[in-house]
Amino acid sequence: MIELESVERVFRVGGEAVRALDGVDLTIADGEYAAVMGPSGSGKSTLLHVVGLLDRPSRGRYRLDGVDTTTLGEAQRARLRRERIGFVFQAFHLIPRMTAAENIELPMILAGLPPRERRRRVTRVLRDLGLAERCGHRPDQLSGGQRQRVAIGRAMVMHPGILLADEPTGNLDHRAGAQVMALLERLNREEGITLLVVTHDPAVGGRAERRIDMLDGRIVADRPQRGDPSR
Amino acid sequence: MRPADLASLAGGSLRGHPTRSLLTLLAMAIGVASVIVLSGLTEGARDYVRRQFLSLGTHLLIVLPGRNETHGGPPPLLGSTPEPLTLDDALALTRLAPVRRVAPVVVGNVPVRHGGLEREVTVVGSTAAFLPVRRLRLAQGRFLPPGDAHRARPVGVLGARLRRELFGPGEALGTWLRVQDRRFRVIGVLADTGQALGLDLGDMLVVPVASAQQLFDTDSLFRILVEARDAESVEPAREAVLRTLRRRHDGREDVTVVTQGAMLAAFDRILRALSLAVAGVAAISLVVAGVLTMNVMLVSVAQRTAEIGLLKAVGAADRQVLALILAESASLSGLGALLGLTLAAGVIALERRLFPAFPLAFEPWAVGFATGAALLTGIAFSLLPARRAARLDPVAALAGHA
Repeated sequence: MIELESVERVFRVGGEAVRALDGVDLTIADGEYAAVMGPSGSGKSTLLHVVGLLDRPSRGRYRLDGVDTTTLGEAQRARLRRERIGFVFQAFHLIPRMTAAENIELPMILAGLPPRERRRRVTRVLRDLGLAERCGHRPDQLSGGQRQRVAIGRAMVMHPGILLADEPTGNLDHRAGAQVMALLERLNREEGITLLVVTHDPAVGGRAERRIDMLDGRIVADRPQRGDPSR
Repeated sequence: MRPADLASLAGGSLRGHPTRSLLTLLAMAIGVASVIVLSGLTEGARDYVRRQFLSLGTHLLIVLPGRNETHGGPPPLLGSTPEPLTLDDALALTRLAPVRRVAPVVVGNVPVRHGGLEREVTVVGSTAAFLPVRRLRLAQGRFLPPGDAHRARPVGVLGARLRRELFGPGEALGTWLRVQDRRFRVIGVLADTGQALGLDLGDMLVVPVASAQQLFDTDSLFRILVEARDAESVEPAREAVLRTLRRRHDGREDVTVVTQGAMLAAFDRILRALSLAVAGVAAISLVVAGVLTMNVMLVSVAQRTAEIGLLKAVGAADRQVLALILAESASLSGLGALLGLTLAAGVIALERRLFPAFPLAFEPWAVGFATGAALLTGIAFSLLPARRAARLDPVAALAGHA
């Protein structure tokens, strides 16, 4: 359960205060599939960073599963990111010198899981993603769609409750993008994971069950929608 | 994070930039190797000097004419002589209880000729005691005959090299040499003992002290070598020698007695100080390597900003990022130290093979010091880049700017 209460995030840019988030109230229940839409600069990425505990609100409260995160220390926030939250980025952010399997293994290394358990999970994730025979390939030997699937594998391998995707199809062609979205939606449907997708692409945002529109740091519309008929 | 995983992550990112890592490694290795080799050099020099002194005999005292406040310093090479030491002074010392042997010494350079060959030779005038006092050995014939030291006899003992140069493969024993305007018969040849403190004993001619005084037209002695009975009698011998000579010189203290132990200690002190100074200079190269490591880690952190942001996004705490960067620099300096040790061991082994007479020492303290300093500088200098990495704002870092 994600609960934001009059959250503000103010950046200082050249002595001027920019309100990237300006009083955001938002509640997202477990297992929801929501799309955050808006033009660039509307604050949708900042919202995702705050929800993902990469950024702290300047004001307001953010409760994650009932825990007030604004009072947590850096190490505790890192722990929540590790265990509760998975990130998928537009630029994939795979580590280039590591193989697909090693990239997926990374969060488990940081969590200190034993090697045997890590291998077991990596093998299963790679199989689920249809990348089993690509496990030894480095990112530059993979296609864009494959890279994003590896990134999703890395986000999922710790079994987080929340998956945050920032323009996950932004660097992909239509076909690969559709595959990635289908994969994310399957995780939401089958594993009950909370899926929050930030996008400015109406075709992507239109697939979600709930659509949140942002403008100038505020939520201007928040309504359920039918979702993509092809699902 | 498990230590093994930390090490393998660190190793992975070092392998990601092999050239950069290897250069840093090399700088560390050269620093460590130079500390070890240079201290091995000075320690080797200490050992060499110590062996040279011991080869002179262990309970040796050297009596020099002239008062000199050198307690334990090296003997003055040239001293002005208020009252010269005489042969009778030397003979008087033989009767002292703590003294085993006394060898008076006169030294001069004169031309020596045999057949058509002539060369300038160091002629040493002494007595039969010179052989045991200086720990010399004979290769052929006999040494100067014992007996009245005042009697000049036309006999001489050749150093090994002088014999080779004057006689080649021919027989030297029994032949006559022309020394300046006198003739001396060769009665013995010294064994080749190499150098002793720079004075090449292979290149001299030893004749009876009275003959040498006639050759050089002098009544005085260059110095008197006194061998004490044992280690305990060195100090009593020194006092007895000073007392006797003061009495003989009308109550004036105009001689200097240098004990071998004091000379050795002085040399040892000098060389020890030198050894530490050289190690210190070499350690500067380690500091340079440390600065280089810092630069490399700073560049590495700057280049991997997005990667560090990603690590934070997937749940790395600040301390884990710090540990990762420190592990990288610790691996660099650790491997560098190991490489440096290997390099130093190789250099020392090679040197020992090439110059067995002057072996470099492989000093455990230098190995410990160099390795410790390498690790310490490597880690200390990468604290700054590591903290910088740990404090990166993950959102900005993911966007690729710090």
